[in-house]
Amino acid sequence: MATAFLEPLLAAAASGGSTNREWLAGVREQALRQLARDGLPGPRSEAWKYSSLRALGQRRFEPGDAAAATRNVDAGLLELAGVEGPRLVFVNGSFRADLSRLPSLPGVELRTLSQELRDDADGLRGFLDRVHADPADVFARLNTVLAADGPVIRVAAGIVVEPLVHLVIVGASASADLAWQLRGIVELGAGASLRLVEHHVGEAGHGHFGNSFIQILLRAGARLDLLQVQNTPESASLVRRTEALLESDAHLEMRSIEAGARWMRHDLVVEMTGDRSRLVSRGVFALHGRQHADTRLDVRHAARDTSCDIVWRGVADQRSRGIFHGAIVVAAGADGADAQLSNKNLLLSDQAEIDTQPVLEIHADEVKAAHGATVGQLDERALFYLRSRGLSRAEARSLLTLAFCRVAFDSIENAALREHIDAMLLERLPLHEDEVGQEPTSP
Amino acid sequence: MLKIENLHVRIAGKDILRGLSLEVKAGEVHAIMGPNGAGKSTLGNVLAGREGYEVIEGSIRYEGQDLLGLEPEERAAAGVFLAFQYPVEIPGVNNTYFLRAALNAQRRRRGESELDSMQFLKRVREKLAVLHLKDELLHRAVNEGFSGGEKKRNEIFQMALLEPKLAILDETDSGLDIDALKMVADGVNAMRDPARAFIVITHYQRLLDYIVPDYVHVLADGRIVESGDKSLALKLEEHGYSWIAERKLAGAA
Repeated sequence: MATAFLEPLLAAAASGGSTNREWLAGVREQALRQLARDGLPGPRSEAWKYSSLRALGQRRFEPGDAAAATRNVDAGLLELAGVEGPRLVFVNGSFRADLSRLPSLPGVELRTLSQELRDDADGLRGFLDRVHADPADVFARLNTVLAADGPVIRVAAGIVVEPLVHLVIVGASASADLAWQLRGIVELGAGASLRLVEHHVGEAGHGHFGNSFIQILLRAGARLDLLQVQNTPESASLVRRTEALLESDAHLEMRSIEAGARWMRHDLVVEMTGDRSRLVSRGVFALHGRQHADTRLDVRHAARDTSCDIVWRGVADQRSRGIFHGAIVVAAGADGADAQLSNKNLLLSDQAEIDTQPVLEIHADEVKAAHGATVGQLDERALFYLRSRGLSRAEARSLLTLAFCRVAFDSIENAALREHIDAMLLERLPLHEDEVGQEPTSP
Repeated sequence: MLKIENLHVRIAGKDILRGLSLEVKAGEVHAIMGPNGAGKSTLGNVLAGREGYEVIEGSIRYEGQDLLGLEPEERAAAGVFLAFQYPVEIPGVNNTYFLRAALNAQRRRRGESELDSMQFLKRVREKLAVLHLKDELLHRAVNEGFSGGEKKRNEIFQMALLEPKLAILDETDSGLDIDALKMVADGVNAMRDPARAFIVITHYQRLLDYIVPDYVHVLADGRIVESGDKSLALKLEEHGYSWIAERKLAGAA
């Protein structure tokens, strides 16, 4: 079932991407066969129920960017307030040493997939040989087939990395719309600790399709604080996958801010395979215009006394569409699991839509589990309270909406970074009055 | 400053105010008393511009303008302030941030320069001292987790900071112990000024021992049925609201 979308990408994969590693060639070949056989998931696919791939399937993208190494990128795009340490920059899927900052840190490897594939691909075997058997994981397969670059970050056992590491994934304008792929690997040794920012940005106006897949492995007792800030231009399409494996006593602490992209899908797949491992996930999507954002969490408790604590917020204004799917599975034998999921959503316009779907599946004993999801509107009493003190209706709406979103990132200690996210969200919030048709804001 | 004439207000098809008239001049303190359900809170909400109140007859002039034609935020900028009977908790919005945003929004609308954070904090410190409020409240979210007394004092603190011309206190005394009541009264008394007027809505005479009004009005069945000086409040305290009803009956007979 070839489509305009897949055809050029599969052709490129068949002709290029040579490797001297048999195992890797085998994995890619298998994924390629699966892609050719299954194509893009259709309307009956449960995982794509709310995000039709029909329109995407009809679009044609250039496979990759041959000029990625030399594209001019506005330096300002790469900056993130409060983040000044090591930086890895990828432009249209390719590493850019000239834009990156790679200080030497003891016990820390900041490398790239392209380097590793050249030097020692076998070291990545446990990551790159991942097979996606479900046809719904079509973009993970595509990534396996085509991705040639991305960050490879390793922290040795027991090392606590002090500086915040900044990973910037940039979409840069080109003469045609491109499909770029990026595969990243983050591996923390036993007891290691790292703080990482995954930052998606781009030049306004480009219509690229980005496919970013980050694999995370936390060894026993490791801790990763991962902040994901997605602020891609609203002309672009972006598919992301974050897969994490947590060994015993590992701790993954995530903050996900989804603000950009015209069409966006993020699969967040976390598997707790070690006893007492823990996931904390905070996230928010804030949408306006005709944005479409589909966030899908799949969390699996596969060991004893594991816990997850998931709080997501969603805001949809104008004609935007937000989807939140939060699935938690407690596998047989994962006794003593504690699973908490809360998803609250705010509709700011009659034409916006939010679908939320919490799913809880329990096959173990002595499990503590709670989940809840709501979709509502701004509290009129609070709006009146703020307006009675002098704020315009639009200001009051923005302030209340921002407050609603803040639960996703108010625990970030870096104040400059927190304020940057505030400002980023405020830019997209409803400082307009479509239903009243007036705008009496500040001169 | 404020002239309400023959005001009729309906909420959800029910007539609440039925021909209320009231004139308040700069520098005056008017107390509005009355039994539950008389329309006291409706009056406060209509003055502040809350939605859902249908004015079917009458007018409200405020400093020569048609108050009913103004949005709530325009009324605020023009100097109208309502201390809420039930202040709203707003999680995620920092109290200080909110107050500065509100003050500066009013100033912008009036064509005045905005206060920077230093100027603003200086003003905050002055007002906090008067109300014996803890600094800590400033760093919390608006009213979130505040005790009943703290919420009411926070209302008066906001009033002190925003310096309105016409302040309406809607049952600010309800739920307060005597110490908190005195602090609220101190806050109000410190703001009494020949250029400023207060409408103090209350169910009990107690507050009026501390905020001594120039006029006392009794609101019953949606209109003012009796007006007098502060001694009227004492008579009400002594005889209860039924006394008014009886007098009305006697007068009608």
